[in-house]
Amino acid sequence: MSVGIVMLVHTAFDRAEQVARHWSAAGCPIVIHVDKSVQKQSFVAFRDALSDLNHVRFCRRHRCEWGTWDLVAATQSASRLMLDTFPDVRHVYLASGACLPLRPVEDLIDYLEQRPQTDFIESATTSDVPWTIGGLDQERFTLSFPFSWRRHRALFDAFVTLQRKIGYRRKIPPGIVPHMGSQWWCLTRQTLSAILDDPDRALYDSYFRRVWIPDESYFQTLVRLYSRKIESRSLTLSKFDYQGKPHVFYDDHLQLLRRSDCFVARKIWPFANKLYSSFLVDPSALMKKTEPNPGKIDRIFAKAVERRMRGRPGLYMQSRFPKESHDLGPTCAPYSVFEGFSDLFENFEPWLAKMTASRVHGHLFAPDRAEYSDNQRVMNGALSDSAKLRDYNPRAFLSSLIWNTRGERQSFQIGPRDKIDHIEWMIAKDPNAQISVISGAWALPLFQSNRNFAEIRQEAARLQSRESNHLDVLRSQWSKARIRIWSLAEFIEAPMEPLQTIVDEIGKQSTHSLSEVPRMVDLTGFGQFLQNLKNQGMHPYLMGDFPVSEPAEERRRGSTRPYIVR
Amino acid sequence: MRLLQSYGMRLRRKRHGLRAYRKSFGLRQVVNRTSAIRPGDILLFSTLRDEYVRLPYFLKYYRELGVAHFLIVDNDSSDGGRDYLSQQSDVSLWHARGSYRRANYGVDWLNWLQRRYAHDHWTLVVDPDELFIYPFCDTRPIRALTDWLEVSQVRSFGAMLLDMYPKGRIDATPYAPGQDPIEVACWFDPGNYTIEKNPSFGNLWIQGGPRARVFFRDNPLMSPALNKVPLVKWNRRYTYVSSTHMLLPRGLNRTYDEWGGEKASGVLLHAKFLNTFAEKAKEELRRGQHYSASIEYKSYYENLRENPDLWCKWSEKYINWRQLEILGLMSKGNWA
Repeated sequence: MSVGIVMLVHTAFDRAEQVARHWSAAGCPIVIHVDKSVQKQSFVAFRDALSDLNHVRFCRRHRCEWGTWDLVAATQSASRLMLDTFPDVRHVYLASGACLPLRPVEDLIDYLEQRPQTDFIESATTSDVPWTIGGLDQERFTLSFPFSWRRHRALFDAFVTLQRKIGYRRKIPPGIVPHMGSQWWCLTRQTLSAILDDPDRALYDSYFRRVWIPDESYFQTLVRLYSRKIESRSLTLSKFDYQGKPHVFYDDHLQLLRRSDCFVARKIWPFANKLYSSFLVDPSALMKKTEPNPGKIDRIFAKAVERRMRGRPGLYMQSRFPKESHDLGPTCAPYSVFEGFSDLFENFEPWLAKMTASRVHGHLFAPDRAEYSDNQRVMNGALSDSAKLRDYNPRAFLSSLIWNTRGERQSFQIGPRDKIDHIEWMIAKDPNAQISVISGAWALPLFQSNRNFAEIRQEAARLQSRESNHLDVLRSQWSKARIRIWSLAEFIEAPMEPLQTIVDEIGKQSTHSLSEVPRMVDLTGFGQFLQNLKNQGMHPYLMGDFPVSEPAEERRRGSTRPYIVR
Repeated sequence: MRLLQSYGMRLRRKRHGLRAYRKSFGLRQVVNRTSAIRPGDILLFSTLRDEYVRLPYFLKYYRELGVAHFLIVDNDSSDGGRDYLSQQSDVSLWHARGSYRRANYGVDWLNWLQRRYAHDHWTLVVDPDELFIYPFCDTRPIRALTDWLEVSQVRSFGAMLLDMYPKGRIDATPYAPGQDPIEVACWFDPGNYTIEKNPSFGNLWIQGGPRARVFFRDNPLMSPALNKVPLVKWNRRYTYVSSTHMLLPRGLNRTYDEWGGEKASGVLLHAKFLNTFAEKAKEELRRGQHYSASIEYKSYYENLRENPDLWCKWSEKYINWRQLEILGLMSKGNWA
């Protein structure tokens, strides 16, 4: 009893020859199908090269195009020839010229010897498989596909649309339930001959002739009629990417393939010399007898597909530049934005850095330069502090900063004095942003400044209108950031609670209570200052209500003495 | 409207073809070994002037990656590089006496040669100071990449220019012929690039890096473009429009994904800032043969006189392509 190898070859004949010799050396008879579109001289040269081997036959040639019936016809011809010529064969293994045996062929023979009745073929109903291309799963069995997907894509698509529109459905022949799976199988003589000799074969053939990609469904469906024992998996390690083309193995996959314990892998790059010489020549490289375990390879290829389809959110680069409608958010990690805090607290930035062990910047969008933490001139990623470079593309600036500092939480200050016109929408719409606002706090530096009151009044009006516009942005229906807004009056009423919440959200050890509080600026006389503005005809409202004369003593006590919230 | 636009682009492409034909009269063949080119060979096109010192390593690097033939236009070199090149068995060489600027910065010459010799070949167009890095380039030859692109039905492959520089003064470490320039200039800026889409040609316009950070911090608009499409399965109807930054037809510029995913891409390590640079900047400034009346070189030269250290605390030292992949400067896409 032996294993017969059916090989479908259309290119890289030197490699196909090498592999055929390898199979043959272990005593496996081989039937080779060479694509009819291969030039005659190449075919003859290939056939002559293998003429010294006894158990090699070449079957009738078909012109094979991906996704068409001829691949099945080729397999049928080759299988027929195999069963008829080599009566000793019990299992027939379907392979291609780009397949590479990873384990000794004797291993495979033993493995099949111990499972004489088992058919190894991946076979699942259409509703159970995720890997269909072009959105056609059930429809590949109920529509007609006379046009080539590769060559006449427009016609192919148009014809599918047309059939959908007029509600055309083909009738599936009675008695069969469509199944799909990898085209690389290994069937027993009994099952294979039953399929080939089926009295209804003409009916099935004419049906599958118009099914799309029948090489993934013909045997997979019919095997369900005859097989006594199906192992629904392929013995060939073969992975497909999102376009339905097989992943290729290169020299650097050597260790991965060794550890996979699979019998055969496909598809091998024809110039992967190291793979061919390791697995075909060097017997010491071959693997021990265990069950195939391609888990690691699966993960690597799944990751590659994920990288292609989803990319790394928050990264903008030369080959990933999503349209706004398909962008999952302009940044890659959560970050915090504070407005008014550094006006209200003298040492807010160092305090926050200490409390949360995160990176706290000053006003990143200040008019003269980007105020990085610790007064640095250049930041992670070699980001410059130049205001011109930053304002040239502020979105890219912020995205880069967050991307460059992956793993370290970033916080920064903004305020109505900053150049935020081109960035506020991006921040407001960014689900990664956590924005905390003390509205009206911009008045505090004015209150403490030593400027003429007329000037102060003018500046206050300007800042108030800018902040008001900014708050409209934050409160708009499109904002997706986590936003908290307090008026200044509201905040100093009970500052500990919001501070605790903010620190909890940033910090890793969220259970700790604040052991230290930031120093609040002296607010004595601030109520009067606001009243003066009012008296000058300017109406400061964003800071909330401040009484003109307040019991300053009490308020100060409340803000400077550390106390525990919980 | 879109039809009109497409037609406009078609006219532009034709015009570039004609220009290339016209400029081809300025090319004099020095040595032509193109009969050695076999179908499927990977070809490299380059135009250069006075780059002798870089040539030995340049040729070695690309030979090892699997480039089969070099087609080079020498723009009036006087440093002996031409003789050196004409002795190489895999180099075909042309001599151009005309103005580099009036030949659209060399593009016309190369467009012509590509049209004649590159049809149906994978073609790499790089300058002598550019080293092409792509995913798995340490274990797989270019042929593996082009085979994969071909199966994926992709015709063009993007590789952004990454400016490399030494630590300390640019003129501190001399570069010796045959040496890997990345040994001398091994630092780069990892994350300060800006991208915008060019609506008419569909390519991305990338700026940033040390040149923007140091030379153009007050005039970012003028900082040089870093986007490039150096590897293309060439067809005689194709044409480069402005250096290798963009091509026609426009579909070739779509080397990026717009739906959130990542296409595979590479990097051109740009070893411009070697000790030879100060001399070069002076010379180029005098000749005024570069883009925008050499505004770039003017800016370099002024800065170079003062403090030629491009290195900063956050500069990254080059290790390999995987490092660039992790930093997000290039991507494997779905190649695994």
